[in-house]
Amino acid sequence: MSGVSQTSLRSRSFDPLLILWVALAAILLFLVVNPLYQLVRSSLEDAETGAFTLMNYHAAYSRPRYVTAMWNSIRLGFGVTFLCLIFAVPIAWAISRTNMPAKGLVRTLVLGAFITPPYLGAIGWILLAGPNSGWLNRIWVGLTGADHGLFDIYTFSGLTFIIAIYSFPFIFIFTSAALDVVSSEMEDAANILGAGIIRTTLRITLPLVLPAILGGAIITFLEAIALFGSPALIAIPARFNVVTTQLLQFFSQPIRAEVAAAYAVPLLLITVALFGVQRLLMRRRGFVSMTGKGGERRIMDLGPWRFVILGYSLFVLSLAVLLPYIVLMQAALAKAWGRGFGWDNLTLKNFHYILFQHETAAQSVINSFTYAAAAAFIAITLGLAIAYIVSRRLLPYAGVLSFVAMAPFVVPGIVLAIAFYSAYAPPPLALYGTATILILAFSTRFLPIGYANADAAIRSINPEMEEAVRILGGGRLLAIRKVMAPLLKRSLVGAWLLVFIPATRELSTAMFLYGPKTRTMSVMLMDMSEEGHFEHLAALGFLLLIATLAIVGIASALLGRDFMLRRERQ
Amino acid sequence: MSKLSLIGLGKSFGSTPAVVDIDLTLAQGEFVSLLGPSGCGKTTTLRMIAGFIKPTTGRIEMNGQGMSSPDHVVAPEKRGMSMIFQSYAIWPNMTVGQNVAFGLQLRKLGKAEIGTRVDRILDTVQMRHLKDRYPAELSGGQQQRVALARAIVIEPEVLLLDEPLSNLDANLREEMRSEIRRLHDAFHITTVYVTHDQAEAMVTSDRIVVMNHGRIEQVDDPVSLYNMPKTRFVAGFIGRTNFLDGTVDGERIVFDGFTLPSGLARDAATLPKEASFSVRPQTIEIERKPPANVDSGWWIEGTIIERAYLGEYWEYVVRPEASGARIRVTTEPLFIHEINESVWLRLDPARAARVPGPVRT
Repeated sequence: MSGVSQTSLRSRSFDPLLILWVALAAILLFLVVNPLYQLVRSSLEDAETGAFTLMNYHAAYSRPRYVTAMWNSIRLGFGVTFLCLIFAVPIAWAISRTNMPAKGLVRTLVLGAFITPPYLGAIGWILLAGPNSGWLNRIWVGLTGADHGLFDIYTFSGLTFIIAIYSFPFIFIFTSAALDVVSSEMEDAANILGAGIIRTTLRITLPLVLPAILGGAIITFLEAIALFGSPALIAIPARFNVVTTQLLQFFSQPIRAEVAAAYAVPLLLITVALFGVQRLLMRRRGFVSMTGKGGERRIMDLGPWRFVILGYSLFVLSLAVLLPYIVLMQAALAKAWGRGFGWDNLTLKNFHYILFQHETAAQSVINSFTYAAAAAFIAITLGLAIAYIVSRRLLPYAGVLSFVAMAPFVVPGIVLAIAFYSAYAPPPLALYGTATILILAFSTRFLPIGYANADAAIRSINPEMEEAVRILGGGRLLAIRKVMAPLLKRSLVGAWLLVFIPATRELSTAMFLYGPKTRTMSVMLMDMSEEGHFEHLAALGFLLLIATLAIVGIASALLGRDFMLRRERQ
Repeated sequence: MSKLSLIGLGKSFGSTPAVVDIDLTLAQGEFVSLLGPSGCGKTTTLRMIAGFIKPTTGRIEMNGQGMSSPDHVVAPEKRGMSMIFQSYAIWPNMTVGQNVAFGLQLRKLGKAEIGTRVDRILDTVQMRHLKDRYPAELSGGQQQRVALARAIVIEPEVLLLDEPLSNLDANLREEMRSEIRRLHDAFHITTVYVTHDQAEAMVTSDRIVVMNHGRIEQVDDPVSLYNMPKTRFVAGFIGRTNFLDGTVDGERIVFDGFTLPSGLARDAATLPKEASFSVRPQTIEIERKPPANVDSGWWIEGTIIERAYLGEYWEYVVRPEASGARIRVTTEPLFIHEINESVWLRLDPARAARVPGPVRT
């Protein structure tokens, strides 16, 4: 039977997809693999001779204050995580399981806290709780006649606090996602056996969502230790260091990038390890309640306590959103912010100064948005191409591409910046300070978001949609053009926004790569904070905030109000 | 001339065989079902015919031309086939009319020609009034009709259907399976239909291919398949049945607790030593009185041990005297017997199909 020769059909054509695979692999090599490799390599090399050495590690850990900075970061991480748990879990529980009123408002404010750049919030809190002139202190002194204020933001606990109020949405997202799938029947089963609301919540509901809470806590911890902006604004004036501010000092003249690399490697390893733990925790979904089946969720009647929990939620959210926004707006519109609220103190001159008089501020606004737009475009395009190849199993080893595309997720922004510096600042490319290196670094940083969203978008479309085109006589490209592209359009716009929003405010990556003409708004804010002119600072921050709110508003209209607080994205 | 041939066709995913050594030939205009439980390889076979999966052994030919082999696969779009998918795969970004016209546009037909053909086929499936609707506005049954129209309008060489009715509710499913057969009688397109529902297969098909564990168990028309199953799997999968396993001892076949005269069995001359039969519950009659001559037929004395009333019929379970066997019998609703009643079962030897013996483990 096999005697029938098939040779006439054996025209094994070269698969053009192979070219795409090779191209994608090369791009990922350039964006992800090489920088991380160069980071590790430069940490192990003598800067002058290129010989192998451990001296960089010795230099990075030989002085006690360098080690203290590490220790400070770890303390900071734990402190922030603890506060975030206290902030986030009750709010998440109240929204998901109880009849607390004004849930929509609370959710909106949580989203507000989530999208507020932490360094902007920090500036707001400097205005609120600066040692003498801060609003809260002045009110305190006015009310009690005390001779000095109550709060000092320039302390370790102050730093912990202002990081926590912008990090708790991470735990909120994880916790509410888990609470949303715990079946009410689980709780009913406890009720019928005689347990009340409190006992049921503590013994049944919370243990069921504990893995999710811990998962969120780990993310929060990692965010806190990788954060650069708030520590730079608070810790440096308060004369203590954390890892990220210490890294900045290795980068001030004379730049000791190889020591910074050596100092950053442990941060990278901790992050990778903790993400591994987080993955394991979240995978343990042995709970029946996590299947998402098994009855609807009912809402608990808290009675008058529902107003107590609402009060608590609004208190937390006014610390994060309302108070800082008010003082920032006041300062942005004031001739001198210390003179308070009054018609005679109102002016638009700060905005005029920022946009028309300042040498580089206006340029920084343009830079931020163009870099973010370009990076979002690159991240989505790349993510889409990889996700398509992976989900359609078009080529072998596509899984490797998806692994590498997700890898930057575990690289702190500041580490990524140093990695890019190590890889592309030296000749032959010598990209340091160019727009190109900033855009590429941003693209890499947000590639996981782009990939994860593109992947989800493609997976949401049944492959049969495409197969139907092909069996009727259309090729793969026609299927992509006529069916996939129109169906993906909406979710890709959403994915683009999800990259664009964080990219407009990205600081830690930019801080180590910018040049005189390529400052972003975030870098500009840091520079101006050193001048201490808070009205101008607030005006620039206000522009960033308004732009962010406008974009988020558009995105919400497009994708549904909840789009940023959904768990799938994480 | 044979339209479509599968020759020694096989597919393994890694080391797991999904389809093993399938040989099947379809005549022009024939409607053939691939029937089997989930995981039996029927969908894999269909997707190999479509060209979405490359076989690991054997080959597929259409009109005598090679289509698939381990070395070469003609792309799905170059086969001139069409397919109806489990999800229907109606493109939500196009109207009903645009969905149906798509395949015709790819064939570079003139605009007027396309218009006429689209209208005609939409008339046939009674969907013309919904031509400008988008799929999201249609019910499941209507989407199904659009999928049918879109697949048939191009007059494909071969039409493939992948469990097309599994997402519909029971009533609609019955309506649509007759619709599919009606369309086939109107257009005579060579069709391969994948399903796990025996009723669907029996209503629609000229021939049914029963598959299990990646292999063909039996290929036959619905009547033969039901009445003369060749394997235990086919007998059990298509309808319900009793298996009687016995040993031939001279004039009698000895079963567990009863014996039957061997001379009355079908093809008695070729009866092997170990003989097994598949006996449908509705081919057995229950008598209250013992027969005048026990050897005049296949009689079994027993006791009613379970019964259930299902409206359309009674179902009884009878245990032969001195036996652990359970024989299922269905009777008309008017024939009522009580539990523990002693009865005589009358089997029809002509309707007892010979099947292979049980697999001993």
